[in-house]
Amino acid sequence: MPNKRTTEAEAVAELRDGMTIGIGGWGSRRKPMSIVREILRSPLKDLTVVTYGGPDAGLLCKYGKVKRLVYGFVSLDSIPLEPHFRAARQAGGFEARELDEGMLQWGLYAASLNLPFLPTRAGLGSDVMKINPNLKLVESPYEDGEKLVAMPAIELDAAFIHMNRADARGNGQYLGPDFYFDELYCMAAKRRFMTCEKIIETSDFLKEGSLHTLRINRTMIDGVIEAPGGAHFTECPPDYGRDEKFQSAYAATAKDPEAWDQFKADYLDVSEADYQKKVNER
Amino acid sequence: MSDATRAEVCAVAVAEAFRGDGEILVSCFGTTPAVGARLARMTFEPDILMTDGVCSLLGNVDPVSGDKPEAVVEGWTPFRFIFDHLWNGRRHVMMFASQIDRYGNQNFACIGDHAAPKAQLLGMRGAPGNTISHKTSYWVSNHGPNVFVDKVDVVSGVGYDRARELGPQTSRFHNIHRVISNLGVFDFETEDNRMRLRSIHPGVTVDEIVEKTGFELVIPDDVPESASPTSEQLDLIRNAIDPKGFANKEVRV
Repeated sequence: MPNKRTTEAEAVAELRDGMTIGIGGWGSRRKPMSIVREILRSPLKDLTVVTYGGPDAGLLCKYGKVKRLVYGFVSLDSIPLEPHFRAARQAGGFEARELDEGMLQWGLYAASLNLPFLPTRAGLGSDVMKINPNLKLVESPYEDGEKLVAMPAIELDAAFIHMNRADARGNGQYLGPDFYFDELYCMAAKRRFMTCEKIIETSDFLKEGSLHTLRINRTMIDGVIEAPGGAHFTECPPDYGRDEKFQSAYAATAKDPEAWDQFKADYLDVSEADYQKKVNER
Repeated sequence: MSDATRAEVCAVAVAEAFRGDGEILVSCFGTTPAVGARLARMTFEPDILMTDGVCSLLGNVDPVSGDKPEAVVEGWTPFRFIFDHLWNGRRHVMMFASQIDRYGNQNFACIGDHAAPKAQLLGMRGAPGNTISHKTSYWVSNHGPNVFVDKVDVVSGVGYDRARELGPQTSRFHNIHRVISNLGVFDFETEDNRMRLRSIHPGVTVDEIVEKTGFELVIPDDVPESASPTSEQLDLIRNAIDPKGFANKEVRV
């Protein structure tokens, strides 16, 4: 039986400058933040980051890791605009490939099915077509002859997702209300890593949740990382909600360089173990 | 009712925007739209579907403020299903607009050139897909010439001129229904789908609206006053939907 257990450091060590990475979750919800923090500590640069963005996008932009961001939005949910992302956008430090939310799904889905594109009406008539000059149209070969956007596959070098539970073989389980787009990121990627709150025995999955919560199967995953609190400060229900107090403090650092230096020293220039310790000591 | 607040008049106008929608999903950005949609559902549009803002379709109506009753869940709507649902078309969304032009092109993505924005706003979100797939209305809580503009900086939501350029086949689901602001109600029921003043809220003048709009509106000879809430509607808004009056904090008079 394959044991795919690994660490954030080993997973991130596989990445190279200029790679395209996908980050699962949605906004400030069930983000693989322990991986994001590992990338922040690494010398990696010039990444193309694909995300329904939250603090993952904000932090990676703030650190100058991002050459190109492919996204539908970047939000902290309870704080509608991600302030570090906003500052980075206004400073013009990276290429913003902004898509309609549904188009982003379509690009990941096309890649996950090994298709060059999937057709959609979304984007037509809007400035999404201007912002993304690579987008082309396709004409229906059937009688209707309708012209649609050929949303190109978004192929990923690596994907990172965070689940509530996983086993060492790479099966994953979400226990919150939404599965988001996590398995599409994995199926669109060459290398796939899943952090989780807790690694359990395969035989215990159905004690945790219904059959329908087993969204990730082991063909989709190369590495499993046990990371309790790994999604902090984003929400990971039912294990924990969003740490609103911490998130507010993080957001406030966007307008206060001294507060940012302190936040960085306290929480980002430290190991994941020390991060979790400091969070719990507050 | 003479003692209705501006926000309550706006909520009634929002409810009217959903009249006739029947059994479709209604999604709202903003407090006043949330109040108005609930008002529609509790009175003349009992079949509309609404979520709890997360992943559940609610079989009962949850108030915008005050004590929440226990949720009756009638369905599950993870984001994946919402995307399918909106492309399917059985939905009416009321989004806000940071900028909107005479043809209903809407921007809430950024101010300035998208490549180098002066101010990053919400982003494209679902606006391009929403507007090309199903009925869309807009809510503006602070009507002014910086919102009602001659030309939007970035087109997030598609307006009628651009829909027309796409041709009748591609634009067959496009339908910008109403724009509701703190000053009046607007529609596009004109020959070339230019924005028309449909009604003005009590206490507002046509001159004020003209002054605060950055383009030339179509203004009929007789502009009716927006409906004030009936006593039944006021009772529902104040006692069942928004007992703490959150909408009153959103709307400028």
